[in-house]
Amino acid sequence: MKVLVAVKRVIDYNVKIRVKTDNTGVETANVKMSMNPFDEIAVEEAIRMREKGAATEVIVFSAGPAQCQETIRTALAMGADRGVLVQTDAELQPLAVAKLLKAVVDKEQPGLVIVGKQAIDDDSNATGQMLAALLGWSQGTFANKLNIADGSIEVKREVDGGLENIKLKMPAVITTDLRLNEPRYASLPNIMKAKKKPIEVLAPDALGVDVTPRLKTLKVEEPPKRKGGVKLKTVAELVDKLRNEAGVI
Amino acid sequence: MAVLVVAAHDGKTVRSNVANAVTAAGQMGSDVTVLVAGSNCADAAKSAAGISGVAKVLQAEDAAYANWLAEDVAPLVVKLAPGYSHIVMAADSVGKNLAPRVAALLDVGQVSEAIKVVSPDTFVRPIYAGNAMATVQTADKIKVVTIRPTNFKAATAGGSAAIEQIGGEGAKGLSSYVGAELSKSERPELTSAKIVVSGGRGLASGENFKILEALADKLGAGLGASRAAVDAGYVPNDYQVGQTGKVVAPDLYIAVGISGAIQHLAGMKDSKTIVAINKDEEAPIFQVADYGIVGDLFQIVPELTAAVEKK
Repeated sequence: MKVLVAVKRVIDYNVKIRVKTDNTGVETANVKMSMNPFDEIAVEEAIRMREKGAATEVIVFSAGPAQCQETIRTALAMGADRGVLVQTDAELQPLAVAKLLKAVVDKEQPGLVIVGKQAIDDDSNATGQMLAALLGWSQGTFANKLNIADGSIEVKREVDGGLENIKLKMPAVITTDLRLNEPRYASLPNIMKAKKKPIEVLAPDALGVDVTPRLKTLKVEEPPKRKGGVKLKTVAELVDKLRNEAGVI
Repeated sequence: MAVLVVAAHDGKTVRSNVANAVTAAGQMGSDVTVLVAGSNCADAAKSAAGISGVAKVLQAEDAAYANWLAEDVAPLVVKLAPGYSHIVMAADSVGKNLAPRVAALLDVGQVSEAIKVVSPDTFVRPIYAGNAMATVQTADKIKVVTIRPTNFKAATAGGSAAIEQIGGEGAKGLSSYVGAELSKSERPELTSAKIVVSGGRGLASGENFKILEALADKLGAGLGASRAAVDAGYVPNDYQVGQTGKVVAPDLYIAVGISGAIQHLAGMKDSKTIVAINKDEEAPIFQVADYGIVGDLFQIVPELTAAVEKK
Protein backbone atom coordinates (compact mmCIF):
# COMPACT_ATOMS: atom_id res chain seq x y z
CA MET A 1 0.00 0.00 0.00
CA LYS A 2 1.22 3.45 -0.93
CA VAL A 3 0.66 6.28 1.54
CA LEU A 4 0.41 9.85 0.30
CA VAL A 5 1.17 12.69 2.70
CA ALA A 6 0.66 16.37 2.00
CA VAL A 7 3.01 19.00 3.38
CA LYS A 8 2.59 22.77 3.37
CA ARG A 9 5.33 25.37 3.49
CA VAL A 10 4.36 27.93 6.11
CA ILE A 11 5.96 30.66 8.19
CA ASP A 12 7.85 28.90 10.97
CA TYR A 13 5.73 28.52 14.11
CA ASN A 14 8.29 30.39 16.21
CA VAL A 15 8.20 33.50 14.05
CA LYS A 16 6.16 36.43 15.29
CA ILE A 17 4.29 37.42 12.15
CA ARG A 18 3.89 40.98 10.92
CA VAL A 19 0.88 42.32 9.05
CA LYS A 20 1.89 44.29 5.94
CA THR A 21 1.44 48.03 6.31
CA ASP A 22 -0.82 48.16 3.24
CA ASN A 23 -3.10 45.52 4.87
CA THR A 24 -2.89 43.14 1.91
CA GLY A 25 -1.54 40.24 3.91
CA VAL A 26 1.23 39.04 6.17
CA GLU A 27 4.91 39.77 5.51
CA THR A 28 6.60 36.66 4.12
CA ALA A 29 9.75 38.18 2.60
CA ASN A 30 12.92 37.22 4.52
CA VAL A 31 10.91 35.22 7.02
CA LYS A 32 11.92 31.73 8.10
CA MET A 33 9.68 29.13 6.47
CA SER A 34 9.26 25.52 7.50
CA MET A 35 6.94 22.55 7.24
CA ASN A 36 3.52 22.97 8.85
CA PRO A 37 3.92 21.17 12.23
CA PHE A 38 0.78 19.04 11.76
CA ASP A 39 2.17 17.86 8.41
CA GLU A 40 5.40 16.74 10.10
CA ILE A 41 3.21 14.49 12.24
CA ALA A 42 1.59 13.17 9.04
CA VAL A 43 4.98 12.41 7.49
CA GLU A 44 6.17 10.68 10.67
CA GLU A 45 3.05 8.50 10.84
CA ALA A 46 3.44 7.41 7.21
CA ILE A 47 7.11 6.56 7.69
CA ARG A 48 6.27 4.49 10.78
CA MET A 49 3.68 2.58 8.73
CA ARG A 50 6.33 1.74 6.17
CA GLU A 51 8.79 0.74 8.88
CA LYS A 52 6.18 -1.60 10.36
CA GLY A 53 5.46 -3.07 6.92
CA ALA A 54 1.94 -1.64 6.68
CA ALA A 55 2.98 0.68 3.85
CA THR A 56 5.27 0.03 0.90
CA GLU A 57 6.01 3.57 -0.21
CA VAL A 58 5.59 7.07 1.22
CA ILE A 59 4.92 9.79 -1.35
CA VAL A 60 5.12 13.43 -0.30
CA PHE A 61 2.88 15.99 -1.98
CA SER A 62 3.14 19.74 -1.83
CA ALA A 63 1.63 22.59 -3.82
CA GLY A 64 2.89 26.13 -4.16
CA PRO A 65 6.01 27.98 -5.30
CA ALA A 66 9.29 26.32 -6.30
CA GLN A 67 10.61 26.66 -2.71
CA CYS A 68 8.12 23.99 -1.63
CA GLN A 69 10.75 21.57 -2.95
CA GLU A 70 12.68 22.34 0.26
CA THR A 71 9.66 21.33 2.34
CA ILE A 72 9.34 18.10 0.37
CA ARG A 73 13.10 17.56 0.81
CA THR A 74 12.63 17.84 4.59
CA ALA A 75 10.05 15.05 4.46
CA LEU A 76 12.36 12.96 2.25
CA ALA A 77 15.13 13.46 4.80
CA MET A 78 12.80 12.19 7.52
CA GLY A 79 12.43 9.03 5.43
CA ALA A 80 9.73 9.51 2.79
CA ASP A 81 10.52 7.91 -0.58
CA ARG A 82 9.71 10.44 -3.28
CA GLY A 83 7.98 13.74 -3.86
CA VAL A 84 5.36 15.36 -6.07
CA LEU A 85 5.22 19.14 -6.31
CA VAL A 86 2.38 20.94 -8.03
CA GLN A 87 4.23 24.14 -8.74
CA THR A 88 2.37 27.43 -8.96
CA ASP A 89 2.79 30.96 -7.67
CA ALA A 90 -0.99 31.39 -7.55
CA GLU A 91 -2.75 31.70 -4.19
CA LEU A 92 -4.01 28.26 -3.20
CA GLN A 93 -7.01 27.77 -0.95
CA PRO A 94 -8.11 24.48 0.66
CA LEU A 95 -10.63 23.51 -2.04
CA ALA A 96 -8.02 24.01 -4.77
CA VAL A 97 -5.41 22.02 -2.84
CA ALA A 98 -7.95 19.24 -2.29
CA LYS A 99 -8.61 19.12 -6.04
CA LEU A 100 -4.88 19.00 -6.82
CA LEU A 101 -4.47 16.25 -4.25
CA LYS A 102 -7.36 14.33 -5.76
CA ALA A 103 -5.72 14.49 -9.19
CA VAL A 104 -2.51 13.08 -7.74
CA VAL A 105 -4.42 10.43 -5.78
CA ASP A 106 -6.18 9.35 -8.99
CA LYS A 107 -2.75 8.90 -10.57
CA GLU A 108 -0.91 7.28 -7.66
CA GLN A 109 -3.75 5.21 -6.15
CA PRO A 110 -2.58 5.29 -2.51
CA GLY A 111 -4.48 3.29 0.10
CA LEU A 112 -4.24 6.11 2.58
CA VAL A 113 -3.75 9.87 2.50
CA ILE A 114 -2.48 11.58 5.67
CA VAL A 115 -2.54 15.36 6.04
CA GLY A 116 -2.18 17.78 8.94
CA LYS A 117 -5.51 18.77 10.48
CA GLN A 118 -4.81 22.43 9.88
CA ALA A 119 -2.11 24.71 8.56
CA ILE A 120 -0.84 27.23 11.08
CA ASP A 121 -0.99 30.08 8.57
CA ASP A 122 -4.59 30.20 7.32
CA ASP A 123 -5.94 27.99 10.15
CA SER A 124 -8.68 26.68 7.83
CA ASN A 125 -8.82 23.04 8.96
CA ALA A 126 -10.52 21.95 5.72
CA THR A 127 -8.26 20.35 3.10
CA GLY A 128 -8.38 16.76 4.39
CA GLN A 129 -12.15 16.71 4.78
CA MET A 130 -12.55 18.28 1.34
CA LEU A 131 -10.26 15.70 -0.25
CA ALA A 132 -12.22 12.85 1.37
CA ALA A 133 -15.43 14.37 0.00
CA LEU A 134 -14.07 14.72 -3.54
CA LEU A 135 -12.77 11.15 -3.51
CA GLY A 136 -15.91 9.74 -1.87
CA TRP A 137 -13.64 8.25 0.81
CA SER A 138 -14.03 7.98 4.55
CA GLN A 139 -12.32 10.53 6.79
CA GLY A 140 -10.61 10.20 10.15
CA THR A 141 -10.04 13.73 11.35
CA PHE A 142 -8.02 14.93 14.38
CA ALA A 143 -6.36 11.52 14.73
CA ASN A 144 -4.75 10.66 18.05
CA LYS A 145 -4.00 7.02 17.22
CA LEU A 146 -4.26 4.80 14.12
CA ASN A 147 -4.48 1.07 13.75
CA ILE A 148 -4.66 -0.64 10.36
CA ALA A 149 -6.38 -4.05 10.28
CA ASP A 150 -7.80 -6.00 7.33
CA GLY A 151 -8.82 -3.35 4.84
CA SER A 152 -9.99 -0.98 7.49
CA ILE A 153 -8.39 1.53 9.80
CA GLU A 154 -9.34 2.30 13.39
CA VAL A 155 -8.98 5.94 14.28
CA LYS A 156 -8.96 7.37 17.78
CA ARG A 157 -10.04 11.00 17.36
CA GLU A 158 -9.59 14.03 19.60
CA VAL A 159 -13.08 15.49 20.02
CA ASP A 160 -14.65 18.15 22.28
CA GLY A 161 -15.53 15.78 25.11
CA GLY A 162 -12.41 13.61 24.98
CA LEU A 163 -11.63 10.80 22.56
CA GLU A 164 -13.80 8.96 20.05
CA ASN A 165 -13.10 5.70 18.21
CA ILE A 166 -14.28 5.11 14.68
CA LYS A 167 -13.56 2.47 12.07
CA LEU A 168 -13.06 3.49 8.46
CA LYS A 169 -13.22 1.52 5.28
CA MET A 170 -10.04 1.99 3.28
CA PRO A 171 -8.94 3.87 1.26
CA ALA A 172 -9.30 6.75 3.68
CA VAL A 173 -8.11 10.26 4.44
CA ILE A 174 -6.60 10.90 7.87
CA THR A 175 -5.93 14.32 9.41
CA THR A 176 -3.44 14.43 12.26
CA ASP A 177 -3.79 15.94 15.69
CA LEU A 178 -0.92 16.84 18.00
CA ARG A 179 -0.72 13.65 20.04
CA LEU A 180 -0.55 11.16 17.14
CA ASN A 181 3.24 10.94 17.36
CA GLU A 182 6.41 12.91 17.90
CA PRO A 183 8.11 13.56 14.58
CA ARG A 184 11.75 12.54 14.29
CA TYR A 185 14.62 14.78 13.35
CA ALA A 186 16.35 14.00 10.09
CA SER A 187 19.87 12.61 10.57
CA LEU A 188 22.75 14.00 8.53
CA PRO A 189 23.18 10.83 6.41
CA ASN A 190 19.45 10.88 5.68
CA ILE A 191 19.59 14.55 4.69
CA MET A 192 22.35 13.62 2.22
CA LYS A 193 20.37 10.66 0.93
CA ALA A 194 17.26 12.81 0.49
CA LYS A 195 19.08 14.95 -2.06
CA LYS A 196 19.07 12.03 -4.46
CA LYS A 197 15.41 11.12 -4.00
CA PRO A 198 13.18 12.11 -6.95
CA ILE A 199 10.69 14.98 -6.92
CA GLU A 200 8.24 15.14 -9.80
CA VAL A 201 7.14 18.67 -10.69
CA LEU A 202 3.70 19.19 -12.21
CA ALA A 203 1.59 22.21 -13.21
CA PRO A 204 -2.03 22.64 -12.06
CA ASP A 205 -3.10 22.85 -15.73
CA ALA A 206 -1.52 19.49 -16.48
CA LEU A 207 -3.77 18.02 -13.78
CA GLY A 208 -6.81 19.80 -15.21
CA VAL A 209 -7.49 21.68 -11.99
CA ASP A 210 -8.77 25.25 -11.80
CA VAL A 211 -7.16 26.72 -8.68
CA THR A 212 -8.91 30.10 -8.76
CA PRO A 213 -9.50 31.20 -5.13
CA ARG A 214 -13.11 31.13 -3.92
CA LEU A 215 -12.52 33.57 -1.12
CA LYS A 216 -11.22 37.03 -1.86
CA THR A 217 -9.16 38.56 0.92
CA LEU A 218 -10.26 42.19 1.17
CA LYS A 219 -7.85 43.14 3.93
CA VAL A 220 -5.66 41.76 6.67
CA GLU A 221 -5.32 43.69 9.90
CA GLU A 222 -3.60 43.50 13.25
CA PRO A 223 -5.90 42.22 15.97
CA PRO A 224 -6.81 44.65 18.72
CA LYS A 225 -3.90 44.72 21.17
CA ARG A 226 -4.45 43.70 24.75
CA LYS A 227 -2.76 45.96 27.17
CA GLY A 228 -0.68 44.30 29.84
CA GLY A 229 -2.05 45.07 33.25
CA VAL A 230 -0.55 45.36 36.67
CA LYS A 231 1.60 43.01 38.69
CA LEU A 232 0.30 42.53 42.18
CA LYS A 233 2.25 41.55 45.25
CA THR A 234 -0.30 39.62 47.26
CA VAL A 235 -3.26 37.31 46.84
CA ALA A 236 -5.35 39.68 48.98
CA GLU A 237 -4.71 42.46 46.44
CA LEU A 238 -5.70 40.15 43.59
CA VAL A 239 -8.96 39.08 45.25
CA ASP A 240 -9.77 42.72 45.96
CA LYS A 241 -9.17 43.70 42.31
CA LEU A 242 -11.23 40.77 41.00
CA ARG A 243 -14.09 41.58 43.34
CA ASN A 244 -14.15 45.36 43.28
CA GLU A 245 -12.43 46.48 40.07
CA ALA A 246 -13.17 43.75 37.53
CA GLY A 247 -16.28 42.48 39.30
CA VAL A 248 -15.78 38.94 38.04
CA ILE A 249 -15.93 36.94 41.26
CA MET B 1 -32.19 34.72 2.28
CA ALA B 2 -32.68 31.45 4.09
CA VAL B 3 -29.89 30.16 6.29
CA LEU B 4 -29.46 26.58 7.46
CA VAL B 5 -27.80 26.00 10.83
CA VAL B 6 -26.62 22.44 11.30
CA ALA B 7 -26.92 21.62 14.99
CA ALA B 8 -24.84 19.17 16.98
CA HIS B 9 -26.65 17.65 19.95
CA ASP B 10 -26.58 14.86 22.51
CA GLY B 11 -30.02 13.50 21.66
CA LYS B 12 -31.73 15.52 24.40
CA THR B 13 -30.66 19.09 23.69
CA VAL B 14 -28.70 20.83 20.99
CA ARG B 15 -25.26 22.03 22.06
CA SER B 16 -25.25 25.44 23.71
CA ASN B 17 -23.16 26.83 20.84
CA VAL B 18 -26.12 26.34 18.47
CA ALA B 19 -27.65 29.45 20.06
CA ASN B 20 -24.49 31.36 19.10
CA ALA B 21 -24.66 29.96 15.57
CA VAL B 22 -28.30 31.07 15.30
CA THR B 23 -27.25 34.63 16.17
CA ALA B 24 -24.52 34.53 13.50
CA ALA B 25 -26.96 33.02 11.00
CA GLY B 26 -29.44 35.83 11.71
CA GLN B 27 -26.77 38.30 10.59
CA MET B 28 -26.35 36.45 7.27
CA GLY B 29 -30.02 36.11 6.38
CA SER B 30 -33.47 36.64 7.83
CA ASP B 31 -34.93 33.17 7.75
CA VAL B 32 -33.07 30.73 10.01
CA THR B 33 -33.75 26.99 9.82
CA VAL B 34 -32.02 24.54 12.15
CA LEU B 35 -31.28 20.99 11.04
CA VAL B 36 -31.27 18.40 13.82
CA ALA B 37 -30.17 15.05 12.44
CA GLY B 38 -29.94 12.04 14.69
CA SER B 39 -31.46 8.90 16.03
CA ASN B 40 -34.24 9.57 18.54
CA CYS B 41 -33.57 13.28 18.42
CA ALA B 42 -37.10 14.61 19.01
CA ASP B 43 -36.09 16.26 22.29
CA ALA B 44 -33.06 17.87 20.67
CA ALA B 45 -35.29 19.17 17.87
CA LYS B 46 -37.63 20.63 20.50
CA SER B 47 -34.72 22.38 22.21
CA ALA B 48 -33.70 23.91 18.86
CA ALA B 49 -37.26 25.08 18.27
CA GLY B 50 -37.09 26.93 21.58
CA ILE B 51 -34.21 29.15 20.48
CA SER B 52 -35.40 32.65 19.70
CA GLY B 53 -34.89 33.62 16.07
CA VAL B 54 -35.33 30.12 14.68
CA ALA B 55 -38.08 30.04 12.03
CA LYS B 56 -38.15 26.29 11.46
CA VAL B 57 -36.52 23.08 12.66
CA LEU B 58 -35.92 20.14 10.36
CA GLN B 59 -35.73 16.87 12.28
CA ALA B 60 -34.05 14.10 10.30
CA GLU B 61 -34.43 10.75 12.02
CA ASP B 62 -32.06 8.07 10.82
CA ALA B 63 -30.02 5.49 12.72
CA ALA B 64 -27.12 6.49 10.45
CA TYR B 65 -26.95 9.91 12.11
CA ALA B 66 -26.65 8.63 15.68
CA ASN B 67 -22.95 9.42 15.98
CA TRP B 68 -22.48 12.25 13.56
CA LEU B 69 -20.28 10.46 11.07
CA ALA B 70 -19.46 13.07 8.43
CA GLU B 71 -19.67 10.50 5.63
CA ASP B 72 -23.35 9.94 6.45
CA VAL B 73 -24.51 13.39 7.57
CA ALA B 74 -22.85 15.37 4.75
CA PRO B 75 -25.09 13.94 1.97
CA LEU B 76 -28.19 15.02 3.92
CA VAL B 77 -26.91 18.59 4.28
CA VAL B 78 -25.91 18.63 0.61
CA LYS B 79 -29.39 17.50 -0.39
CA LEU B 80 -30.97 20.34 1.60
CA ALA B 81 -28.38 22.95 0.56
CA PRO B 82 -29.98 24.28 -2.66
CA GLY B 83 -32.78 25.83 -0.60
CA TYR B 84 -30.36 28.02 1.36
CA SER B 85 -27.91 30.87 0.82
CA HIS B 86 -25.74 29.87 3.80
CA ILE B 87 -24.92 26.74 5.75
CA VAL B 88 -23.68 27.57 9.23
CA MET B 89 -22.08 25.42 11.90
CA ALA B 90 -20.30 26.15 15.15
CA ALA B 91 -16.56 25.56 14.76
CA ASP B 92 -16.42 22.72 17.30
CA SER B 93 -15.15 19.22 16.66
CA VAL B 94 -18.43 18.27 14.92
CA GLY B 95 -18.57 21.36 12.71
CA LYS B 96 -14.89 21.24 11.83
CA ASN B 97 -15.26 17.63 10.76
CA LEU B 98 -18.48 18.00 8.78
CA ALA B 99 -18.59 21.48 7.22
CA PRO B 100 -15.59 21.15 4.84
CA ARG B 101 -16.94 17.83 3.57
CA VAL B 102 -20.24 19.56 2.77
CA ALA B 103 -18.44 22.49 1.13
CA ALA B 104 -16.38 20.28 -1.17
CA LEU B 105 -19.42 18.22 -2.18
CA LEU B 106 -21.10 21.51 -3.13
CA ASP B 107 -17.91 22.68 -4.89
CA VAL B 108 -17.71 25.80 -2.73
CA GLY B 109 -15.00 27.22 -0.48
CA GLN B 110 -15.40 27.37 3.26
CA VAL B 111 -15.18 30.36 5.54
CA SER B 112 -13.59 28.81 8.65
CA GLU B 113 -14.17 30.17 12.16
CA ALA B 114 -15.77 33.49 11.29
CA ILE B 115 -15.70 35.88 14.23
CA LYS B 116 -17.75 38.63 12.61
CA VAL B 117 -20.35 38.90 9.87
CA VAL B 118 -19.59 42.09 7.93
CA SER B 119 -22.28 41.46 5.33
CA PRO B 120 -23.96 38.31 4.02
CA ASP B 121 -20.95 37.54 1.81
CA THR B 122 -18.13 39.10 3.86
CA PHE B 123 -16.65 37.79 7.09
CA VAL B 124 -13.77 38.45 9.45
CA ARG B 125 -11.75 35.42 10.49
CA PRO B 126 -8.54 35.01 12.46
CA ILE B 127 -5.43 33.67 10.74
CA TYR B 128 -1.96 32.90 12.11
CA ALA B 129 -3.33 31.89 15.52
CA GLY B 130 -5.26 35.13 15.77
CA ASN B 131 -2.21 37.29 15.17
CA ALA B 132 -3.90 38.71 12.08
CA MET B 133 -7.54 39.23 11.15
CA ALA B 134 -8.55 38.61 7.53
CA THR B 135 -11.68 40.07 5.98
CA VAL B 136 -12.78 37.64 3.28
CA GLN B 137 -15.52 37.79 0.70
CA THR B 138 -17.01 34.76 -0.96
CA ALA B 139 -18.73 34.72 -4.34
CA ASP B 140 -19.94 31.15 -3.96
CA LYS B 141 -23.67 30.76 -4.38
CA ILE B 142 -24.04 28.68 -1.25
CA LYS B 143 -21.79 29.92 1.51
CA VAL B 144 -20.49 27.37 3.99
CA VAL B 145 -19.42 29.14 7.17
CA THR B 146 -18.22 27.86 10.51
CA ILE B 147 -18.42 30.41 13.30
CA ARG B 148 -16.44 30.82 16.49
CA PRO B 149 -19.18 30.63 19.14
CA THR B 150 -17.48 32.90 21.68
CA ASN B 151 -17.67 35.81 19.24
CA PHE B 152 -21.45 35.70 18.85
CA LYS B 153 -23.91 36.28 21.67
CA ALA B 154 -26.12 33.29 22.31
CA ALA B 155 -29.69 33.72 21.03
CA THR B 156 -32.07 33.70 23.95
CA ALA B 157 -34.70 31.07 24.71
CA GLY B 158 -38.34 31.79 24.01
CA GLY B 159 -38.76 30.64 20.44
CA SER B 160 -41.49 28.34 19.27
CA ALA B 161 -40.52 27.24 15.79
CA ALA B 162 -42.40 24.55 13.93
CA ILE B 163 -40.70 21.17 13.68
CA GLU B 164 -40.82 19.40 10.33
CA GLN B 165 -39.90 15.74 10.02
CA ILE B 166 -37.71 14.88 7.08
CA GLY B 167 -36.29 11.54 6.06
CA GLY B 168 -32.69 10.44 6.31
CA GLU B 169 -30.35 9.35 3.57
CA GLY B 170 -29.21 6.15 5.25
CA ALA B 171 -25.68 4.99 5.94
CA LYS B 172 -23.01 5.08 3.24
CA GLY B 173 -21.09 2.23 4.81
CA LEU B 174 -17.77 4.08 4.69
CA SER B 175 -17.32 4.48 8.42
CA SER B 176 -18.69 3.20 11.68
CA TYR B 177 -18.71 4.38 15.26
CA VAL B 178 -16.94 2.18 17.78
CA GLY B 179 -17.16 4.13 21.03
CA ALA B 180 -15.94 7.07 22.99
CA GLU B 181 -13.69 7.72 25.95
CA LEU B 182 -15.15 10.92 27.26
CA SER B 183 -13.75 12.83 30.19
CA LYS B 184 -16.18 12.85 33.07
CA SER B 185 -16.51 16.13 34.84
CA GLU B 186 -19.06 17.87 37.01
CA ARG B 187 -17.48 21.20 36.19
CA PRO B 188 -18.91 23.64 33.65
CA GLU B 189 -18.00 22.96 30.05
CA LEU B 190 -14.85 24.85 29.10
CA THR B 191 -16.17 26.85 26.14
CA SER B 192 -19.27 28.13 27.95
CA ALA B 193 -17.91 28.54 31.50
CA LYS B 194 -17.97 32.06 33.00
CA ILE B 195 -14.67 31.40 34.74
CA VAL B 196 -11.85 29.17 33.50
CA VAL B 197 -8.84 28.05 35.52
CA SER B 198 -6.02 26.70 33.32
CA GLY B 199 -2.77 25.00 34.17
CA GLY B 200 0.46 24.62 32.27
CA ARG B 201 3.82 22.94 32.48
CA GLY B 202 4.45 24.80 35.74
CA LEU B 203 2.10 22.38 37.50
CA ALA B 204 4.81 19.74 36.96
CA SER B 205 2.45 16.74 37.24
CA GLY B 206 -1.13 15.61 36.72
CA GLU B 207 -1.38 15.02 40.45
CA ASN B 208 -0.69 18.71 41.08
CA PHE B 209 -3.74 19.71 39.02
CA LYS B 210 -5.67 18.93 42.21
CA ILE B 211 -4.81 22.37 43.55
CA LEU B 212 -6.39 23.89 40.43
CA GLU B 213 -9.43 21.66 40.80
CA ALA B 214 -9.92 22.98 44.32
CA LEU B 215 -9.76 26.57 43.06
CA ALA B 216 -12.03 25.80 40.08
CA ASP B 217 -14.60 24.18 42.38
CA LYS B 218 -14.62 27.20 44.68
CA LEU B 219 -15.18 29.52 41.72
CA GLY B 220 -17.57 27.24 39.81
CA ALA B 221 -15.03 27.36 37.00
CA GLY B 222 -14.19 25.15 34.05
CA LEU B 223 -10.74 23.57 34.00
CA GLY B 224 -8.36 24.02 31.08
CA ALA B 225 -4.73 23.46 30.22
CA SER B 226 -1.98 24.52 27.87
CA ARG B 227 -0.73 22.22 25.14
CA ALA B 228 2.42 21.58 27.15
CA ALA B 229 0.38 20.17 30.04
CA VAL B 230 -1.68 17.96 27.71
CA ASP B 231 1.38 16.71 25.81
CA ALA B 232 3.04 15.90 29.12
CA GLY B 233 0.02 13.76 29.97
CA TYR B 234 -1.05 15.79 33.04
CA VAL B 235 -4.63 16.11 31.72
CA PRO B 236 -6.71 14.76 28.78
CA ASN B 237 -6.70 16.37 25.33
CA ASP B 238 -10.12 17.98 25.71
CA TYR B 239 -8.65 20.36 28.34
CA GLN B 240 -6.47 22.07 25.75
CA VAL B 241 -7.03 25.77 25.20
CA GLY B 242 -5.32 27.31 22.17
CA GLN B 243 -5.01 27.73 18.43
CA THR B 244 -5.71 24.08 17.76
CA GLY B 245 -7.61 23.25 20.91
CA LYS B 246 -10.57 25.07 22.35
CA VAL B 247 -11.16 28.78 22.10
CA VAL B 248 -12.59 30.28 25.27
CA ALA B 249 -13.65 33.80 26.20
CA PRO B 250 -14.89 33.69 29.81
CA ASP B 251 -15.36 36.67 32.11
CA LEU B 252 -12.34 35.50 34.06
CA TYR B 253 -9.41 33.37 32.87
CA ILE B 254 -6.81 32.36 35.43
CA ALA B 255 -3.61 31.07 33.82
CA VAL B 256 -1.47 29.16 36.29
CA GLY B 257 2.06 28.08 35.42
CA ILE B 258 1.44 28.88 31.76
CA SER B 259 4.19 30.79 29.97
CA GLY B 260 1.88 32.08 27.23
CA ALA B 261 3.03 30.77 23.85
CA ILE B 262 1.21 32.52 20.98
CA GLN B 263 -0.61 29.27 20.28
CA HIS B 264 -2.08 29.35 23.79
CA LEU B 265 -2.88 33.06 23.73
CA ALA B 266 -4.87 32.45 20.53
CA GLY B 267 -7.33 30.41 22.56
CA MET B 268 -7.93 32.76 25.47
CA LYS B 269 -6.98 36.35 24.74
CA ASP B 270 -10.61 37.40 24.18
CA SER B 271 -11.34 36.67 27.84
CA LYS B 272 -12.71 39.69 29.67
CA THR B 273 -10.29 39.58 32.58
CA ILE B 274 -7.06 37.57 32.56
CA VAL B 275 -5.05 36.66 35.64
CA ALA B 276 -1.58 35.15 35.35
CA ILE B 277 0.29 33.34 38.08
CA ASN B 278 3.83 32.42 37.10
CA LYS B 279 7.23 32.29 38.74
CA ASP B 280 8.94 33.77 35.67
CA GLU B 281 8.30 37.49 35.58
CA GLU B 282 9.39 37.61 31.92
CA ALA B 283 6.72 35.08 30.85
CA PRO B 284 4.75 36.40 27.83
CA ILE B 285 1.48 35.61 29.58
CA PHE B 286 1.98 38.78 31.67
CA GLN B 287 1.79 40.87 28.48
CA VAL B 288 -1.89 39.99 28.08
CA ALA B 289 -2.84 39.61 31.75
CA ASP B 290 -4.84 42.29 33.52
CA TYR B 291 -3.53 41.12 36.86
CA GLY B 292 -0.38 39.14 37.44
CA ILE B 293 1.36 37.66 40.43
CA VAL B 294 4.97 36.57 40.12
CA GLY B 295 5.68 33.73 42.48
CA ASP B 296 5.35 30.10 43.44
CA LEU B 297 2.01 28.79 42.21
CA PHE B 298 2.04 26.02 44.84
CA GLN B 299 1.85 28.71 47.49
CA ILE B 300 -0.32 31.26 45.66
CA VAL B 301 -3.08 28.98 44.35
CA PRO B 302 -4.06 27.45 47.73
CA GLU B 303 -3.93 30.93 49.23
CA LEU B 304 -6.22 32.21 46.48
CA THR B 305 -8.61 29.29 46.99
CA ALA B 306 -8.80 30.12 50.69
CA ALA B 307 -9.22 33.84 50.04
CA VAL B 308 -12.04 33.29 47.54
CA GLU B 309 -13.81 31.20 50.15
CA LYS B 310 -14.08 33.88 52.78
CA LYS B 311 -16.17 36.61 51.29
